[in-house]
Amino acid sequence: MITGFDVAEVTRNDSSLRDFLKSLPGVDKVGLENRAATLSTRSIKTTSKRDFIDLAIKMIDLTTLEGMDTTEKIHTLCAKALHPDPLDTSVPSVAAVCVYPDLVTQAKTYLKKTPIYVASVATAFPSGRSSLAIKLADTALAVESGADEIDIVIDRGAFLSGRYFEVFEEIVAIKAACGKAHLKVILETGELQTYDNIKRASWIAMLAGADFIKTSTGKVNPAATLPVVLEMLYAVRDWHRFTGKVIGMKPAGGIRTSKDALKLLVLVNETLGTSWLDPDRFRIGASTLLNDLLMQRHKLIHGNYSSSRYVTID
Amino acid sequence: MNERLDVKKTLKLYINGAFVRSESGRSYETLDANNAFYANAALSSRKDLRDAVKAARDAQPAWQNLTAYNRGQILYRLAELCETRRHQLEDELISIEGFSPSSAKSTISLAIDRLIWFAGWTDKISSIFGGHNQVAAPYFNFSVLEPTGVIGIVVHPENSTLALISQVAPALATGNTSIVIAPYKNPVSAITFAEIAATSDVPAGVLNILTGDYHEIGSWLSEHLDVDGLDLTGVLESELAATLAQVASVNVKRVLTTKTSDFQLPHNPYRLTYWTETKTVWHPIGS
Amino acid sequence: MERHDYAEALESTSIVSIEKSYGLYIDGEFIEPNSKTYFETINPANEQTLAQIAEANSHDVDIAVQAAKRAFGTWSTLPGSERAKYIFRIARILQERAREFAVLETLDNGKPIRETRDFDIPVSVAHFFYHAGWADKLQYAGLGSNPQPLGVVGQIIPWNFPMMMLAWKIAPALACGNTVVLKPAETTPLTALLFADVLDQAGLPPGVVNIVTGAGSTGAALVEHPDIAKIAFTGSTNVGKNIMKTIAGSSKRLTLELGGKGANIIFEDAAIEEAIEGIINGIYFNQGHVCCAGSRLLVQESILPEVVTRLQQRMSTLRIGNPLDKNTDVGAINSKAQLSRIQELVKSGVSEGSEMWSCESELPKQGYWFAPTFFTNVTDAHRIVREEIFGPVLAIQTFRTPQEAVEKANNTPYGLSAGVWTEKASKIHYMASHLKAGVVWANTFNKFDPASPFGGYRESGFGREGGRIGLGAYLKEVTS
Repeated sequence: MITGFDVAEVTRNDSSLRDFLKSLPGVDKVGLENRAATLSTRSIKTTSKRDFIDLAIKMIDLTTLEGMDTTEKIHTLCAKALHPDPLDTSVPSVAAVCVYPDLVTQAKTYLKKTPIYVASVATAFPSGRSSLAIKLADTALAVESGADEIDIVIDRGAFLSGRYFEVFEEIVAIKAACGKAHLKVILETGELQTYDNIKRASWIAMLAGADFIKTSTGKVNPAATLPVVLEMLYAVRDWHRFTGKVIGMKPAGGIRTSKDALKLLVLVNETLGTSWLDPDRFRIGASTLLNDLLMQRHKLIHGNYSSSRYVTID
Repeated sequence: MNERLDVKKTLKLYINGAFVRSESGRSYETLDANNAFYANAALSSRKDLRDAVKAARDAQPAWQNLTAYNRGQILYRLAELCETRRHQLEDELISIEGFSPSSAKSTISLAIDRLIWFAGWTDKISSIFGGHNQVAAPYFNFSVLEPTGVIGIVVHPENSTLALISQVAPALATGNTSIVIAPYKNPVSAITFAEIAATSDVPAGVLNILTGDYHEIGSWLSEHLDVDGLDLTGVLESELAATLAQVASVNVKRVLTTKTSDFQLPHNPYRLTYWTETKTVWHPIGS
Repeated sequence: MERHDYAEALESTSIVSIEKSYGLYIDGEFIEPNSKTYFETINPANEQTLAQIAEANSHDVDIAVQAAKRAFGTWSTLPGSERAKYIFRIARILQERAREFAVLETLDNGKPIRETRDFDIPVSVAHFFYHAGWADKLQYAGLGSNPQPLGVVGQIIPWNFPMMMLAWKIAPALACGNTVVLKPAETTPLTALLFADVLDQAGLPPGVVNIVTGAGSTGAALVEHPDIAKIAFTGSTNVGKNIMKTIAGSSKRLTLELGGKGANIIFEDAAIEEAIEGIINGIYFNQGHVCCAGSRLLVQESILPEVVTRLQQRMSTLRIGNPLDKNTDVGAINSKAQLSRIQELVKSGVSEGSEMWSCESELPKQGYWFAPTFFTNVTDAHRIVREEIFGPVLAIQTFRTPQEAVEKANNTPYGLSAGVWTEKASKIHYMASHLKAGVVWANTFNKFDPASPFGGYRESGFGREGGRIGLGAYLKEVTS
């Protein structure tokens, strides 16, 4: 049971980190999944639904991470990010766009003079399989191109072979390379597979200086399941409780419908409260989700069901 | 007044939840009880069998992972649908196997009641055939029953729907998936049952039904390394049954051969345990 | 922690139609009570009257028992496969009408719609499905090669899980070939009376199940009736003891499921988040109206402050209010009488010197409500530690070693349930083997399944319901 710790002490070396991680309470799979399932029965209606839909839109990191991404694709993505519905200016903008490092410059150009951030993946995304030098260079490309946020992946190979301190040190090095940019650390929960692993990886990331911990790259299934998000929110909560510092959380991957998004906001609400219901502390990595939110928003305002023909493609 | 011409059905194989033709393109004549032509049934090949085994193997883990309660409900629903389609099943026994109307009725009634009987076993079998074992050392020791895996079933040619259910239901109830070789003489009832299964909640691949000749494809089934159990109740020739049982030893299949069919009452619970593996777990007791 | 308060999300009640008054369901139809007396059943969330309910006197009870006796002749000799199919029909129809029953249960009992929808009714359905599957295979239950029913069974059920308790009683009784006279609790008769409609739809032969409503004297008439072969009672320990006295010397069979003061034991090596959830669920689920509630929390001393902090934080997220709101976690207390009892015991806790903490919540003006509460600084000498409160009130004590936890947990005349929270499996087995409780939940709490036997040690009653083992209560004991 954690009752308080000193970050420097705990991360002094491999064995102190290992001891700390081992002292973390276990996670009961069935209990965790039960709790997530009960929370997903919350019924979000009328004003709550309206508020949560707009909030979800504001929390989106509108993402494109395809090998076939081009300048024009980035152009349309940024336009959509700013004005999700060209016929309805009451629709808020999203929080950020998320792209590959070599397209950051273009994104920054299209989003000049807007409040929308540009997040870039880095560190041999999505696999993370490369040398530290290359990962640092990858990060530098994004930072120098003007990225406001860097979404990196941890070394799952190192983690699963128990080289926790190596995982930790790598994140520390990349954090330094980020400069003023915010660091989001992707755990790739689908590859970590057990809740106990996800808990340990969350703590390594938080101890190493992450500004956000993030579930997935979106390239591996399962990704941001409700129990995984819940336990990462628990980690962020404990961190705040014991250090007073705020770390954000970002689920990504497989979040397609408004229902999915609303369930996520319920988890945040009941674990961390309204102060975390804020794009500075909670983001949603998604692409198709935005259109479903727009269609739900339409129904709430106009009363009839919408159609995908009434929302723009990215 | 002109008599209306009826629309005949092509009999297809039931593999992975879909109705498909035999890849061999072959068929054979099904005759009715008066030896008149009734339909052309697909004559399954070893490749159809191969596809069916793959489907059964792929479907097995998810079928096993359903709660026993859920599996029971699915089998019960299958029984519900058999009840509403019973007239068709009775008619086929009458026209193809020469049953009298009253014996067709009692046979189908027994078949449905038996399916219900097995449906009710899914969440009880461990409390009868498994349980806590009182070992003489400080260990918590218990035995659970798990399904064997993929079972190949040759259906007995008499009382075909009754035989089909008697042989298939216990395998499915315990979490196994199956490949069924329907009776050569009456493939029609087996395909009707396949249609019933296809419109029920039985997941694709859990039950696969091939019409054809066990003399031809039985050995492929018996040799197949991805088949874990073999029900040879429907192989009438004892020499052939013995040969197939021998061949099955290639991967130590669990083999069932019975000299007579056990399809009248009482129901046989051991058909459940033939297709289970008992796992016994130990854990120390101590603070 | 400030939270977003969800907008109202009410379940519609239009699916339910409640009669102005109900007679007694005997021999397949509703008849006027001989007593000509009716009493009210109300919605405890707003104190509004729902319906007038017949009060069965001993003459009415006799008519019901005679109907059950007549029906027994045929019912008990039906082949098991036929009985099975009747019970499957009941299960199916109940499942088809699940939402209707859930809403009605919430109105009559005061518990949240989320619980009736996701727990009470599905578990009730499961009990019928499970026991339907026993009816045609009793000879394999290890209770004889040709098991025989007892006859007419009298069943008296409580108000905390009305429909679920009905299912727990009726399903095994019917599966084993008995016929039934059942008395629902006087504050919660409505789902039992609606159930009569399910029996009609299922085509169950008249007289196989009879429902007689009433209070204590109706129950007593049932217990005393000479043609009842067996009594199954779930309710308070005091009434259970009275029933024992009444039946003593007769040949009536008896099973009792009485009160409890379950110990929920949390070790320092527990999976803490899930353990807190389990503690909350153990005592605040169903407003604490649970015989097997984890109403005593035994915390390993080293983690007491941490557990208390986390409990407070978690309790402050509980939503107490309109049971028909799908987001309500904690509903109304079932009756004024029960609320008074809770208040009286809580007062004693304060006056005996323990420290009380309740989560802040705006309770509705109408209806019976009590905010989830816990007491620290308690000792075994306090009434709130010894007596069953049957409300959302938790008493928190500490222990130092597993042996001490076992001693404290067993130090009670009750013995229904216990919970153990630790990640160490051998410790779980050690605790389970030493706790004197009919149900031990390890790393979980309040889990029920028709396949899992349930019942208590000592003054929590005797006999088990559910599983193969539970069938024995409804069959004759034979040695061949």
